[in-house]
Order: sequence, then C-alpha cells, then structure tokens
Amino acid sequence: MNKELSREERTDALGGMGCKRKRVEDARFTQGKGNYVDDIKLPGMLHGDFVRSPYAHARVVSINTDAAMALDGVIAVLTAADLAPLGLHWMPTLAGDKQMVLADGKVLFQGQEVAFVVAKDRYIAADAVELVEVEYEELPVLTDPFAALESDVVLREDLDPTADGAHGPRKHHNHIFTWEVGEKDATEQVLDEADVVAEEMVYYHRTHPCPLETCGCVASMDKVNGKLTLHGTFQAPHAIRTVVSLISGIEEHNIRVISPDIGGGFGNKVGAYPGYVCSVVASIVTGVPVKWVEDRMENLMTTAFARDYWMKGKISATKEGKITGLWCHTTADHGGFDACADPTKFPAGFMNICTGSYDIPTAYLAVDGVYTNKAPGGVSYRCSFRVTEAAYFIERMIEVLAIELNMDAAELRRINFIRKDQFPYQSALGWEYDSGDYHTAWDKALKAVDYDGLRAEQAQRVEDFKAGKTRKLMGIGLTHFTEIVGAGPVKNCDILGLGMFDSCEIRIHPTGSAIARLGTISQGQGHATTFAQILATEIGLPADSITIEEGDTDTAPYGLGTYGSRSTPVAGAATAMAGRKIRAKAQMIAAYLLEVHDDDVEFDVDRFVVKGAPEKFKTMKEIAFAAYNQAIPGIEPGLEAVSYYDPPNMTYPFGAYICVMDIDVDTGETDIRRFYALDDCGTRINPMIIEGQVHGGLTEALAVALGQEIAYDDMGNVKTGTLMDFFLPTAWEVPNYETDHTVTPSPHHPIGAKGVGESPHVGGVPCFSNAVNDAFRAFGLRHTHMPHDHWRIWKTANDLGLHG
Amino acid sequence: MSNKKVFKLTVNGEEQEFLAEPRELLIHTLRERLGKTGPHIGCETSHCGACTVTLNGKSVKSCTVFVAQADGAEITTIEGLGNPDNLHVLQESFKEHHGLQCGFCTPGMITRASKLLEENPNPTEQEVRFGMAGNICRCTGYQNIVKSILAAAAEMNAAKEAAE
Ligand code: FES
Ligand code: FES
Repeated sequence: MNKELSREERTDALGGMGCKRKRVEDARFTQGKGNYVDDIKLPGMLHGDFVRSPYAHARVVSINTDAAMALDGVIAVLTAADLAPLGLHWMPTLAGDKQMVLADGKVLFQGQEVAFVVAKDRYIAADAVELVEVEYEELPVLTDPFAALESDVVLREDLDPTADGAHGPRKHHNHIFTWEVGEKDATEQVLDEADVVAEEMVYYHRTHPCPLETCGCVASMDKVNGKLTLHGTFQAPHAIRTVVSLISGIEEHNIRVISPDIGGGFGNKVGAYPGYVCSVVASIVTGVPVKWVEDRMENLMTTAFARDYWMKGKISATKEGKITGLWCHTTADHGGFDACADPTKFPAGFMNICTGSYDIPTAYLAVDGVYTNKAPGGVSYRCSFRVTEAAYFIERMIEVLAIELNMDAAELRRINFIRKDQFPYQSALGWEYDSGDYHTAWDKALKAVDYDGLRAEQAQRVEDFKAGKTRKLMGIGLTHFTEIVGAGPVKNCDILGLGMFDSCEIRIHPTGSAIARLGTISQGQGHATTFAQILATEIGLPADSITIEEGDTDTAPYGLGTYGSRSTPVAGAATAMAGRKIRAKAQMIAAYLLEVHDDDVEFDVDRFVVKGAPEKFKTMKEIAFAAYNQAIPGIEPGLEAVSYYDPPNMTYPFGAYICVMDIDVDTGETDIRRFYALDDCGTRINPMIIEGQVHGGLTEALAVALGQEIAYDDMGNVKTGTLMDFFLPTAWEVPNYETDHTVTPSPHHPIGAKGVGESPHVGGVPCFSNAVNDAFRAFGLRHTHMPHDHWRIWKTANDLGLHG
Repeated sequence: MSNKKVFKLTVNGEEQEFLAEPRELLIHTLRERLGKTGPHIGCETSHCGACTVTLNGKSVKSCTVFVAQADGAEITTIEGLGNPDNLHVLQESFKEHHGLQCGFCTPGMITRASKLLEENPNPTEQEVRFGMAGNICRCTGYQNIVKSILAAAAEMNAAKEAAE
C-alpha cells in the first residue's frame, strides 16, 4: 500500500521531472504504425501535383491545359486565372508580404508553382503535369542580393515602389525593409577610438531544414455540413486554421486542422504553402478529398529555405582584449517573396542577440531585406528566429578579433563573458538575459577536454607539418553560445497579430488518470513523454496515467505551435500552471475530506497531507474520485483546468562546445576526433531526451557547416535539388558526441526550464566552422566561408600555399 | 492508360495478387495498394532508405524498384518483423536506447538493421555505421541508433548462446 512507500519511492513511481522516462511514442513508430500525412487515405481521394517553372525569372505568356485535361483520370487543372475570381491566386505571407499561389503573369524563382493538376492517382497527375504546355518569356535573373539592389530590373512589379512595405520605407524596387537596432553613432565613435578593430564579412549560406518527411496535406471539404478538414504537416496547426479562414472566408469553427504524426520539422513546416491553398480549393471544387505531398526535389527547391545572410561585422577592443563595441550590417536575401517566419515586429528575427555571451557595452545592427530570383522562405532551421545567424556571426567575429589581438580565443571569451552577478543582464541591443553562469560552464568545458594539452598538441602538429612529417592539420573549434528562445511575450511577439502565448488544458478522470491537450505539436521531440512528466510532478499522478494530445484544433486549446524551442518554455509553462490550478482545487477537496482548513493541508509528491500529521492524507487518486462523487459545498464537481501562458520574458539557454578536428590538407577531408557539448537548458525534464536532442542538433550543425547548401547558378537554377547534391550526413560521417551540462534555472519560468532542442544547432555550426578556420590560423587564415566541404577546404589550403 | 498486368507478391508471409501498371513503384504498391504504410518515402531517389524492405533476402530501397521487377518476390516490411505480443529485439532495443525521435526513418532503419545483423551477427561499431549508411536519419544523429543495434546484437547473441 502507498502508506508503506518512502517519499523517494513515491516520487520514483510518478515518473516525473528529471527521470529518463522511456518514450510512449515509440511503440507505434517502431512497429510501423505511425500515422503520417501520406498514410492518410480517405474515400474517393484525389491527388494534386504542380506544374513548376523551369525558369527563375520569366513572364508566363500562355498556359494550355487541353492535352492534360484530355488525359483519362484528370479531374481539373487549376491556374491563377481559376483562383483569381476567388481572390486566392495570391496569399498573405507570415512576413506581411504576399506570395503567388499560382503564377500570376510571371514567375520569380525556379520551381515556382504555375498550375495544379488534380487526378485520380499520383501517376496520372504526374503524367498530366508533363502535358500542360506553358509558354515563357525569359527575363534577366538576379541571384545576388547586392546586384539586385543596384539593378534596374524590377522583380516585384505588383508592388508600388514608392509605398512603404510591411516594415517601413523601401529604398529601391528590390528592397524589402531596413531594420535597425542599437546606437549607430555611438558605436561608430567607439570603433573610431578603439585600440583594435577587427572587420570581416561573414556569409551564412542558404540551406534548407530538409526533414525526412516532406510537406503535404489532405484537404477534405464536406459540402453537406460545410466543414473543411485539413490534415497536414503543420508545426502550428491553430495558426494554419486562422490563416485558412482569413484567406478562404470559411468561418474558423467550420475548419478543423489536424497535424498527425510529423516526420521532423526543423522549421520547414511552419509556413503556409501554395500546395495547401490549392488542395483546399481543389477539394471545394470537386467535393472530394485532395491529397498533395511534395517530393524531395520540390521540398528543397520551393518550401522554406533558411539563412542566406551576408553579415558585415566590426568588433573593437582594448589592447588587453576587452570588447568595446560591435557593429553589424546584414544583407538578407529573402528570395522572390518575403515569406520569412518571424514574429511581426522582428523582420530579421532575433538577430539582435548577436552580442552573444559577451558584455558588449555599445552595439549597432542594421538588416536590409532584399528580393532576388530565389525561393521564398527564411525559416528558422532548428533555431529560434535568426538566432543561428547571430551566434555564427559573433562566434566568428570573436575568433577574428583573437587573431587581430594575437590572443588565445578561449581567454578572449573568458574575459568578455557576462558575469554571473550581472544577470538579469540588459544587452546593448535590447534583450534582458534571464540567467546564466558562463564562466563555470566554460571552465568545466576547457578542463574536460584538457584545452591546454590540445593547444600544445596543435602547436606540435604545426611544427611537424612544416617539417614535412605530416599532411594533416589540427583544428580546435570553440563556441560559447547564448540562445534566445520561447517566443514569446504577447506584448512584443505575434505572428499575423496572434499573440505567441501557448496553452494546456487538463482533465482528470474519476479513477485518477488524465488527459492533457496542448497548443503545440511534437515532430519528434517526444512531447507525449515529457509533458506528462511535468504534469506528474505537478499533480502527483503517474506519468503513465496521463495522455498527452496535440495537433487537433477541434480539441486542443489555441496555441502557436512548435518551433523556435518554444514548446517547453511556453507550453511547458502552461502545463505546469494548469497543473497548479488542478492542485489548488485538489487542496480544497482534500481539506474537506480530511475535515481541516484549506491552509492546514500541504502537497506531498502524490497526496495532500495534514500539516504536522503526515499519517492523515488523501492521495491525488482519492481526491480525483471525490471530485466526481461527492457533493462538496462551495466547490463545483469535476477536476479540470486550462492555462494560457503568456511568458514574461524569453529564456536564454547557453552552452560551451569544443570540437577537435583533423584536416587532410591534400584532400580537404575532415575527421572529427572529438566533440564535447555542454548545455545549460535550466531545469532538465528528461535527460535521455535532452541528450537525443543534442545529438540530433549537432548532426544537423555538422551538415550545415561541412557541406549542406542550397546553391544557385547565375541563371537561378538550383544546383542542389536532390539528396545526391544536398548533404545529409549518414552514420558513417557522424562522430560520437560527449554531452555534459550545468543547470542554471530560468528565474521566471514556473519550472525553471529553458528549452534545448535548438541549442546544439545554434552552437554546433560555429563550433565546426571555427575548428576548420582554426586549423589554418597558423598559416595566416582569418576567415573562410561555410560550407566547409572537401573542395573548399582543399581550395583554402591551396590558396595559403600549402600544396607546395 | 490501361496496360495493367497481374502481379504476385508474398508480403510478410501473405500471398497477394493484384492488377497494376508495371511502372508502379514497389513502395507505392506496398503503401497504397497493400496498406503497408510502415515503410516511408523520403526521397524516391535511393538516398534516404526510409522505404527499405527486405526483398528475397536482401535489403532493398523499394522506391526505386518497379513492381514488375518484384513480381513473385518475397518481401518483409517492418510490419512483418514483429507484432505487439512478440516484438523483434531491435524494436525493443530502439525504444530502450532512444534510437528514434520523429520515427519517420525508423521502419527503414529497423528493417535494414535486422538484415545487417543476419549478414553480420557480431558487428563492430564501425561495421554498424558502414552497414547503416544507406539509411538517413535527420533527428537522432545516429549515436543512439548505433547503440540500439549493438545492444540488440549482443542480446540476440546471448539468447542464441543460451539456446545452444
Ligand atoms: S524513399 Fe527510397 S531511398 Fe528515399
Ligand atoms: S527519427 Fe526522425 S528521421 Fe530518424
């Protein structure tokens, strides 16, 4: 009986926060019983497929669909002309711009959607795509954002060049916005007067989140009841419902959006894509369900690129290495439409976290968004909004400054870290960092890898190389990153006017089990496992007795979804707060049952006990039953709660990463000998899942740093449109990672958790890149651009004269 | 287009006979015609391995096999490896060692790993990494997948020894 169990045993029995609970999702996934979008098969379902532009910039002179329509099994071919009467040939983007659903007179990037074929099966649809005849007239192509800002060629003829854009004045017909933060004049003055200034152009190349499952949906219009059901790979189902309602005119209560199991997201599945709109229209027109699932090439070429930031930086310091100022001007290539997924007031996301982990008194950041003939997107690929760009920028600038100062880069970081006693810390670019202890983390990391020993080994290697004894150099990559996640406070964070709170609703069943529904959606993060752990600790019922449900807008409370590591900081907080409401009511019930005053009972793991008389108690299970079977004066029956959590601040996870890499100067091959990752994500909910997230994020970082890119030629052709050319590392290329942690809880979060899913990516990219750059430091290299594939590394070695 | 032909497959021990176009890709036959939605589609170009099945005793990427090429074949998908009452050691092991996150690669991974352990019951870590290099995972970074497979191998070998 419970009474005989010790407090520890009762705690363990809950499977609450801090334990390595095995995942409840895994039974279905390991047996092939997941339910992903492409697994959905509805009666009479048709298949949609796109005719796409082979050109990056062209006028669409004519579209002839006769031959396609004549093919047996083709039901419809939609073009912009068909969507125009409904006002659906364009759609609003998340960034306040608009985007063509189907080509309206011209195309602006290769792969742009031109016509939508609807047919009885996917083979007939693909055949019909080939039969649609489109006549194009080629236009000059702009793939370089700097050239685009000088060019007479007007990309967006639909926009009035003199009118303001969504984020203020536009300077040129291909310019989208200028965003400025910090103090320009003061920063320039600091730079002018500084002992030392390091300057560098840091390009963060265009890449793509490329989850293993591509994007897709099944739209099903029930004309009898007037209800639209939309299954899709959505990271933000409620936001999609609102967007669909706004653009289609269907009332929101008549739309049900369901995100089933999602095969990875990483930012790719935040946005709204033409395929969704076309599927909905096609289902409304035909009256039967329509499925659209993009193939890998369509995924890489059209939905949601990431990065493409040209970051020009200047950083100043005293002779001793104390940083005095940071200046950054970024030219942001947004492609043909501005479809970035950022909170409305932040057109460059949280790029202003670019002062990083350092106490930099004066700073200035300006970002110019530019249209080019590339795909739209600009999503946060496994990071909070543009935080990877910011972390990469500052961590490269620190390295360049170390070279300028002829200082050790680890020491330069140490003397500039924000000190523990400075938190909450007000950054020069406007953020209030909640908590941190950077020095402790840094020292622990350096000690773990024997940093001094590594540097000695590296120096020896350089000697050996010079003496002709080896052809391999050694790089030591350092990174100390600070993330900003958990968007965010409704006062300054919204998407399309929707405040970025999140939510949790809990129902306790009479026999002491529960269901909790959230506004987020897991894409592999294991929410069904970890949110139940939070609740188990908060409400004292076993995690195994708590079902977590997400992703169905008819049942889940409104929330802004899962991206930017916001689930734990925001929905996790909502979960804890809803749990506390349950507990507050349970306390009153317990007091009634124990015949004492409310204040005379206290919560103890899985029960309420009478203060000072622990043998008198009611377990949460007993309380749950009482809530349903006793008439308690002044208390409503039932035990349910809902919480909408508006976070008071962001959370600021941080970490210290060190990578040791050998580089073959003659082949450009890299061998990652060691990777040590220390993460501080505040309170740790499930260490097993945290570790898994770190492994995955580091591997995506390795990919981006060492080879993954969306590259274009001058004609705007995508050169990396298949997995043959677009680098996804396999088990063979990936090292084993060493993980470690410190714990600095967030002071404003109900359970102190900060979020972790994206930290390893944010910190990993600069760490791998710094290792490559560091290997060549002794030979005069300051900076070389990512991705560091074998060819580029070979070229770097060659340019430095290392090939003899 | 009606150049449909009759094809026969044995899938997870069950004989199936159906009419299909020869050009139909085996992954579509399995998923859409025969309801085996365990194997997934991640690329359709033989790179990702999400569609991996065992065909006549070999690991095969079913996205690049025409159903005509598979006529008469014996096929095992993830659905045929174990069932809720009798899971394959690898299915248990992936759960135990957190060898999956979104689960999209998992059916292909486990199907491939089951074959790998038949080909090489006692692999080193490097052999596992090499033998699994045809299967891409975007979530886990592979570390726990490798761990899951090595643990499964150890367990299977221990069971074999005990039986002998
Ligand atoms: S879908 Fe077959 S290998 Fe990717
Ligand atoms: S678990 Fe998501 S791709 Fe492997």
